Amino acid sequence: MAGSNNLKITPPRWLLAELTYKCPLQCPYCSNPLDYSKHSSEISTKDWKRVLTQARKMGAVQLGFSGGEPLTRQDLPELVQHARTHGFYSNLITSGYGLTEEKIIQLKEAGLDHIQVSIQASSQELNDHIAGTESFESKKQVAHLVKKHGYPMVLCVVIHRENIHQMTQILEMAEELGADYLELANTQYYGWAHKNRDLLLPTKEQFEEAEVIAQAYKEKVAGKMKIYYVIPDFHEDRPKACMNGWGTTFLTIAPDGVALPCHSARDLPGLECPNVNDYSIEEIWNESKTFNFFRGNEWMKEPCRSCDEKEKDFGGCRCQAYMLTGDMYKTDPVCIKSPDHHVIQEALDSARTSAFSNDEKPLIFRNSKNSKKYS
Amino acid sequence: MTLNPELTINFSPMHRLQWEEVQQKDVILYPEGMVELNQSSAEILKLCDGSRTLEQLVTALEEKFSTSGLTNDISNFLEDALQNGWIQQP
Repeated sequence: MAGSNNLKITPPRWLLAELTYKCPLQCPYCSNPLDYSKHSSEISTKDWKRVLTQARKMGAVQLGFSGGEPLTRQDLPELVQHARTHGFYSNLITSGYGLTEEKIIQLKEAGLDHIQVSIQASSQELNDHIAGTESFESKKQVAHLVKKHGYPMVLCVVIHRENIHQMTQILEMAEELGADYLELANTQYYGWAHKNRDLLLPTKEQFEEAEVIAQAYKEKVAGKMKIYYVIPDFHEDRPKACMNGWGTTFLTIAPDGVALPCHSARDLPGLECPNVNDYSIEEIWNESKTFNFFRGNEWMKEPCRSCDEKEKDFGGCRCQAYMLTGDMYKTDPVCIKSPDHHVIQEALDSARTSAFSNDEKPLIFRNSKNSKKYS
Repeated sequence: MTLNPELTINFSPMHRLQWEEVQQKDVILYPEGMVELNQSSAEILKLCDGSRTLEQLVTALEEKFSTSGLTNDISNFLEDALQNGWIQQP
């Protein structure tokens, strides 16, 4: 491993608290690991409070309560209150499923700043199919309640081949629900999405058409609703600046207390990700092997090593490099300078073939049964 | 959307203005995002409490920093702040 010793370590700014892997939904693009059923233990309320206090002291200020479905943790209001007392800005990242008005009020009183609700599509039929659970009407109801109680609201819609044709209706739905922000998150192909890639990856024509519609709508709703468009990196020629650089900004804590530089990092070999039950956040962030592994650029291979853009995109995503080339030190193959770039074209071709075939395989939904089967 | 000089200005309830000890900076926090402020921007925003119009805000700041001629700088910054949704008018 590299990770130069004299590198200046910046403090964490973003803490993603994945409270649980439990979720009533079964979205086939879930970013949780495929083998989440193996990591079913959850750290205690006391442990989470200690983690929040320590991370805040180091300078973390944005806090995402995520999962799984974070509402399944009964101590959520207590954790929100702890976060507020210490000055975090708390974001609840939820499916909205099972979120009652009483809970919305309780969380507001505890100091929750913002609620992000995910919706899977603009029609009930497709939403309920993708979510694997009847949830469309209750999600819309939740969105209304979130606005009724004065929260800023982000509506998050993950975009893929099954719903990309609904782009116009998705934009109209977000406006009608009074979203302050609409996040159009093109699927990132990790975990479950990687498994279902042939069925989810849209064609280039579909992407381009959807992007034109979204950009035009941006101007229409300027000053009222902000639209964040998360790029589909398979159709780019440069990789994303993943996590703003390894160990520079983001800290994820998984339900079992494992600390990760990004939420997919536990799939990388030999990282020995530390647990908050064994080390303080300061030790983990500053001293652990894991967080120093890809800091700086000493670890890079060619073509990254001599590339004049290495400070801009940090060689792209380590997890994607590992998943698609088998070598986590390689250039993210999304980059057209990568000698492995052909794997991206092969993935696009394979998805296109699947899209036009008459007997597509069914989606593999994210649930415990499939987790055990595919891990 | 431009500032109405007749109306008072208040900081948006959809954002939070906060001092960050580690960064030694005031920041604006909003859903999944943060803007770091320089000292003068922070001083202006702290006075956007719904009790002052643009002119009253300029007067207060000129008094506080014993200076004059701040109208253009403050009004330009607040126009941007309004576009960004950081401030509002009733």
